[in-house]
Amino acid sequence: MKKMRKVAIYGKGGIGKSTTTQNTVAGLAEMGRKVMVVGCDPKADSTRLLLGGLAQKSVLDTLRDEGENVELEDIRKAGFGGTWNVESGGPEPGVGCAGRGIITSINMLESLGAYHESEDLDYAFYDVLGDVVCGGFAMPIRDGKAEEIYIVCSGEMMAMYAANNICKGIMKYAQSGTVRLGGLICNSRKVDNEKEMIEELARQIGTQMIYFVPRDNMVQRAEINRKTVIEFDPKAEQADHYRNLAKAIDTNEMFVTPKPLEIDALEKLLMDFGLMEAV
Amino acid sequence: MATQSKPAQWTPAEVKEEMLKKYPPKVARKRASSILINEALSNTTPEIQANVRTIPGIITMRGCTYAGCKGVIMGPTRDIVNLVHGPIGCSFYAWLTRRNQTDAGETGENYMTYAFSTDMQDSDVIFGGEKKLKAAIQEAYDLFHPKGIAVFATCPVGLIGDDIHAVAKEMKDKFGDCNVFAFSCEGYKGVSQSAGHHIANNQVFKHLVGQNDEKKPGEYKINLLGEYNIGGDGFEIDRILKLCGITNIATFSGNSTYDQFASAHTADLSCVMCHRSINYVADMLETKYGIPWIKVNFIGAEATAKSLRKIGQYFGDKTLIDRIEAVIAAEMPAVKAALEDIKPRTEGKTAMLFVGGSRAHHYMELFNELGMKTVSTGYEFGHRDDYEGREVIPGLKVDADSRNIEEIEVEADPERFAPRKSEEEMKALTDSGFEFKDYKGLIPDMDKGTLVIDDLNQYEAEKLVEMIKPDIFCAGIKEKYSIQKLGIPLKQLHSYDYGGPYAGFQGAVNFYKEIDRLVNSKVWGFMKAPWQENPELSATYVWE
Repeated sequence: MKKMRKVAIYGKGGIGKSTTTQNTVAGLAEMGRKVMVVGCDPKADSTRLLLGGLAQKSVLDTLRDEGENVELEDIRKAGFGGTWNVESGGPEPGVGCAGRGIITSINMLESLGAYHESEDLDYAFYDVLGDVVCGGFAMPIRDGKAEEIYIVCSGEMMAMYAANNICKGIMKYAQSGTVRLGGLICNSRKVDNEKEMIEELARQIGTQMIYFVPRDNMVQRAEINRKTVIEFDPKAEQADHYRNLAKAIDTNEMFVTPKPLEIDALEKLLMDFGLMEAV
Repeated sequence: MATQSKPAQWTPAEVKEEMLKKYPPKVARKRASSILINEALSNTTPEIQANVRTIPGIITMRGCTYAGCKGVIMGPTRDIVNLVHGPIGCSFYAWLTRRNQTDAGETGENYMTYAFSTDMQDSDVIFGGEKKLKAAIQEAYDLFHPKGIAVFATCPVGLIGDDIHAVAKEMKDKFGDCNVFAFSCEGYKGVSQSAGHHIANNQVFKHLVGQNDEKKPGEYKINLLGEYNIGGDGFEIDRILKLCGITNIATFSGNSTYDQFASAHTADLSCVMCHRSINYVADMLETKYGIPWIKVNFIGAEATAKSLRKIGQYFGDKTLIDRIEAVIAAEMPAVKAALEDIKPRTEGKTAMLFVGGSRAHHYMELFNELGMKTVSTGYEFGHRDDYEGREVIPGLKVDADSRNIEEIEVEADPERFAPRKSEEEMKALTDSGFEFKDYKGLIPDMDKGTLVIDDLNQYEAEKLVEMIKPDIFCAGIKEKYSIQKLGIPLKQLHSYDYGGPYAGFQGAVNFYKEIDRLVNSKVWGFMKAPWQENPELSATYVWE
């Protein structure tokens, strides 16, 4: 019996978590893996590329409309390459508690058997909003809901701060549970010495830079067409990058409890690499 | 008890040391400042630490801010719909647990027997509960058309940020003939229920007081502040006031109505019972409307007589003074007769009082009348001024917890402010020894060597009882059974168990009888588990 891998993608807001997740999942699906994507963002836009549009009614909306009488088929949709797609959903901006919403919807998925052996899943991917802002958003890394974390970051300072901060959250739960850090995914912003800097950051945290995704406008074009790059233009160079990232995750064996940096060390890293060329 | 050890075996210092022994050093240090061995100094009052956060892990006697606001202050108001925005448990357990009584009056408008709640569910937490709150306010309005609807925030409301004040305002504007107002009294705010009293009283002052300028009939108009009509206390006080010809305009908030609050600014004197829960309202009534205030106490027959005489002296009218004397003369014989019968059985017995923010002090009066000594006492939610007297107020530290609670700045109302007495009259009264806005606190009334303990907890309570073995312990429902298991009767002074009233003259007689019943009952001597006498189990087969 195969064991389902439970993966969560974190990272600073706007860094490209949803785009990276969906393109990578497309790569995994192409390899024949069975994947379920769970969007943990009240905007409910984590599955748009795999579904070809915002076609998904969220778990919480369904729960609100149908009451307790929810079926698994009401809340998950088949998308590109046989993927299952779920949106947790949440309140409108400025009201209620989105964190509590994520807890409720993941519990709902579990009780409906979305993770059951009979589903024959190779992967469950959680695409989680922004930073680890409160208990609810840490839900996927608590209680073993997710066991592998990948952090999307770039060589920009705030993205690295956020990555380091997320490592603090992972460290907290790694001590009491099964969650481990699988690596940093560098989603390039074309910053000076970006690759070297993220490799060094990863080394200091005790993990690896699992892949360097170069910047390519192809991603934007595919997004406008509501598709992943692999679906939109399978022959594009960028499609191969996502295939490589999918392969790297599929064969990854390095899972660690991260050692987040002190702020001083993080700033020094930025100084050393960010100003290197100017010297 | 089999092994009777005399209280005299332990000095107060030993008791304190023994109580602190089990604590980790840091906790012991903190608790030590809240445990005072009274020195009974002649010039100054020793300092005690009070109104500070309970140390996590300690099983405190305190309640939460929501309990103080919804349960204590607003609970006894009868014609305001008190609507709790939150999960149902918060509503149910703050509903009438203090046995506030009410008289539904001529209109019969009485909502105290209803528990109003928005019954918040998981989905309301996720999507926000404002819509549900609006619907609940509308429903209450449609059903009852009350004069006022009060909305209370529970913890989840504060966490998800529902704007209850905006909702209240919207609904008030929509109805036009119903005052809707809200309380940000989330349970986690502040150090104790005292914060909830403050939040409640501030809103009552802001939204209700001064709404009705109509002149009420009657002479010698007073407000009674900090009386909650538990077990009918307020009825007994009102009976006495009526006999004396004194008009009670508004009670804050026992058996109170919307209109009483709205007219409170038309009274000529504020009489403060519970100093802790309401002294700031008395101050605000004075600043804004010119109503002076005095501290009174209607718990204890002597204290009642003293308080009535003080009111008489304030108004300075011979007819009133004579009438008060006549009432006292008429009421006292029954009290004396009861004491003559009961006191021989209670004299020399000891009591411990851990309740309230003023109650522990008030009830010492009744125990004194019974010839009983209060050997240890303290408040759950009192502040330093309730222990040491009002002169310490200017020196009190304002900490983060107090800053969390709104302070209202009031100034003289341009139209309604009117000094009730001229400066000369006030001066003449003060010179004759009459004390306005004065409270000397609990500590000066305690004997040397007694223990004054703030925020007593379950562990310390049990230690105290084990070591000092009082004849009666007075606290609340949370303490009742753990103390009684130690073989000591416990009288609840929050809800009075099933008794009351204990205020005024008739109330004093009720209390004497109750305490006589409790301290002289043989039942506590039988408190022995079967295995204490017969350590070995024996059994027989049914067919034997």
